Amino acid sequence: MKKNILKSDGVQAVIASLICVVLGVFVGYVILLIINPDGAFEAIVAVLKNFMTYSRPDSQLRYFGNTLVKTIPLILCSLSILFAYKAGLFNIGAAGQYCVGICASLYAALAWGWSWLPCLLLAVIVGGIYGSLVGLLKAYFNVNEVISGIMLNWIGLYLTNMILSAVKEEASPYTINIRTANPDALIPSLGLEQLFNNNQYITIAIPLAIIIAFIVYIILDKTRMGYEIKATGFNKDAAKYAGMAEKKNIIMTLVIAGSLAGMGAAFLYLTGFEQYIVTSSQVPSMGFNGIAAAFLGGLNPIGAIFSSFFIQHISSGGAYVDKSIYASQISDLIAAVIIYLCGFVFFMKVVMNNMIAKREANKAKTGKEGGEN
Amino acid sequence: MEDAYAVEMLHITKKFPGIIANDDVTLRLKKGEIHALLGENGAGKSTLMSVLFGLYQPEEGIIKKDGVEVKIKDPNDANALGIGMVHQHFKLVECFSVLDNIILGAEPLKKGFLDKATAKDKILDLSKRYGLEVEPDAIVEDITVGMQQRAEILKMLYRDNEILIFDEPTAVLTPQEIKELMMIMRNLKAEGKSILFISHKLNEIMEVADRCTVLRRGKYVGTVETKDTSMEELSAMMVGRDVNFHVEKKPAHIGDAVLKVSNLTVASKRHKNDAVKNVSFEVHAGEIVCIAGIDGNGQSELVYGLTGLEPIKSGKIEFLNEDVTKRSIRHKTEKGMAHIPEDRHKYGLVLDYTLADNFILQTYYQNTYSTKFGGFMKRDAIIKNAEKIIEKYDVRSSQGPNTIVRSMSGGNQQKAIIGREIDREPELLIAVQPTRGLDIGAIEYIHSQLVKQRDEGKAVLLISLELEEVLDVSDRILVMYEGEIVGELDPHTVSEEELGLYMAGAKRNEVKA
Ligand SMILES: Nc1ncnc2c1ncn2[C@@H]1O[C@H](COP(=O)(O)OP(=O)(O)OP(=O)(O)O)[C@@H](O)[C@H]1O
Ligand SMILES: [Mg+2]
Repeated sequence: MKKNILKSDGVQAVIASLICVVLGVFVGYVILLIINPDGAFEAIVAVLKNFMTYSRPDSQLRYFGNTLVKTIPLILCSLSILFAYKAGLFNIGAAGQYCVGICASLYAALAWGWSWLPCLLLAVIVGGIYGSLVGLLKAYFNVNEVISGIMLNWIGLYLTNMILSAVKEEASPYTINIRTANPDALIPSLGLEQLFNNNQYITIAIPLAIIIAFIVYIILDKTRMGYEIKATGFNKDAAKYAGMAEKKNIIMTLVIAGSLAGMGAAFLYLTGFEQYIVTSSQVPSMGFNGIAAAFLGGLNPIGAIFSSFFIQHISSGGAYVDKSIYASQISDLIAAVIIYLCGFVFFMKVVMNNMIAKREANKAKTGKEGGEN
Repeated sequence: MEDAYAVEMLHITKKFPGIIANDDVTLRLKKGEIHALLGENGAGKSTLMSVLFGLYQPEEGIIKKDGVEVKIKDPNDANALGIGMVHQHFKLVECFSVLDNIILGAEPLKKGFLDKATAKDKILDLSKRYGLEVEPDAIVEDITVGMQQRAEILKMLYRDNEILIFDEPTAVLTPQEIKELMMIMRNLKAEGKSILFISHKLNEIMEVADRCTVLRRGKYVGTVETKDTSMEELSAMMVGRDVNFHVEKKPAHIGDAVLKVSNLTVASKRHKNDAVKNVSFEVHAGEIVCIAGIDGNGQSELVYGLTGLEPIKSGKIEFLNEDVTKRSIRHKTEKGMAHIPEDRHKYGLVLDYTLADNFILQTYYQNTYSTKFGGFMKRDAIIKNAEKIIEKYDVRSSQGPNTIVRSMSGGNQQKAIIGREIDREPELLIAVQPTRGLDIGAIEYIHSQLVKQRDEGKAVLLISLELEEVLDVSDRILVMYEGEIVGELDPHTVSEEELGLYMAGAKRNEVKA
């Protein structure tokens, strides 16, 4: 029997993701058309071009680097989401875990003058502890992880605002610039910046994030822990029957998910690329975009690398839309529309499968009729 | 005469990756007949019925309804043609009430609003008319399997379907319920409904069906009139050899107590009373003890309490001279307790895992299957283990160890669980309805395996609703009635009638613990 490659799961996942991307861009374009048809085409092209808007290759490289720097925390957040998702948990609390990761890494760097590695580790630990709260609530009090996650997101935001106020610049709501205050806390680059036209924000966080994605892939696919987590996610009654410790697994999964999100925060803030605004009234969107990235990547850790890049590419590209034609929020709007549609990957897969089945049924019919003639 | 057929499925071929589930199968259902479909586990019965119900599109072949070719693209088409189906594994929404499940997709409206009162009346009316006792307001996850099935049947009747497909309806019913179902089916037939009926139980087919079509490994073997045939002939058509209906076994050599249960009480999830009330008994090495009883008399809860799937209220459980009352499921498993669960989809299997991964559900963490350092899964060992169990227990599937269990036939899923549990050579095997849904050849094999366990000095606790199985396989019978053990009987001397009286609660004797 010849195999239809369209039926392979991996191929389907990739195609479904691509369809979602195209659809998202199209809907984004339609929205631009509705708002103002004059600049719509240029605007959508600008979003898609992102760093390629620049004509000089060295500028392109530099801004490509910037997109990468922001892709890294997104990869980690989407890993956090998908890891928990495999265990049947929806870690919407990733945003809060990311937030306390920012808090831990920046406070350690600025208030205590720690160097980058301990700062990074602290962010991982604090993120993990924050994730464990969701886990404990779920395991021992049967509190839905989505509800406790959302509550903890807000608590995390205001805790972070409060604590980081101690290390903010005097005249602004921004935290002190690490680059001037404590250069030791910057993640080293080991010469990587030269590949990106000396973009100073390029660090070993980039290769590290990719390595982490591979490690997550291996844990999920090849190890005992992955076996247990996925079994719990697919059928928690069977996991119980098999003697797996349900409570322990829930807590452990969320600790790991939280650590990943916390690590993501450190990977961004310990480059000095951004300073935290201690008057933020919104949980950083990184954790939420991680949800879209996780689904767009087909819930596969390797897929998450690419989907995160795409989503960040679109978000960064939004900045190049002509602000004299469109309101400045347009960039966020378009990126959000595209990201939103990226969540439809699974729906797309179902649609595709139905189409394949129909086509085959038709083919079988015509094939047979042809035979009879 | 062509037009006498309600449904004709002509030369149907349905392929799945790695297997041809139906290979040029033809089935003709006459109007107003009960037509049985017989075949081994994995022969393609459910697949053929799913084609008729619009769940699968065949690669080849056509379907005619009342002599006219029809296209059935999905279950809505089937429903529009008056075709209804009760699936082998029920398709009820667990957290909905029985009533909501029955009307789902066919909700009655009155001035645009849901009219549940009318629906309830209709359901109660149907339920009375056909003797299908249900509690319309009970939540599905709280009711017995038997009642879930009655809800499924009511779902078809509620939609006024005239062609009714029953995929192994009796596998989950008690003998009494089976008798009732047979009556129901005859009534339906008398009202002109046409019925397709899948069963592995030859006596049921002989009793209720007019004709029987036999499949073997996806191929059509033949169609016979039941009045012109015998159970022997049917079983030979189905498996291609003679099947032994009775279990051969030597006298038991009874050893020390393996399981000692004292004063066990388990709460019920369904009602305020306890499901298991102060029960005490022992199971010894080298014997098969059977707990008999009508479904819903506390057997399920007893097993959940023993294995640890549900908490117990009070009492003591000793296993191999250790008090395991408060020990974990894993501890008991490691010590040698195995459990073939009643609900294979809920507890027994991770349906989205491969067969190979399901075989290591309780042992994945041991050094045989994953490395001590780093916990890497040992794929080769896992596959080899799978191949061994598949071979030994004749677990049929489309892609061997790599088959996703969800795609396997019901009977083969069950064989996979049994194989996994027995293959661990447990000291105590708790088997709840182990042969439910198996074909006669497989039942024969599983029974012989249970006897082999016992002959090797292991203990077996069998929970069965089937009198024949109870009398045939066990060395000692404990009858459960309303949460209590009301009698200890010797299968060699007790008659089926007497056992029946105990099970109905009409008779009891004092049981020594
Ligand atoms: N969706 C599917 N994908 C792949 N293979 C399938 C699928 N459904 C069924 N099969 C395969 O087709 C064969 C026939 O399965 P089917 O469920 O029709 O058997 P059956 O006769 O109903 O058996 P049982 O008595 O055990 O219920 C089996 O080998 C099964 O593994
Ligand atoms: Mg079947």
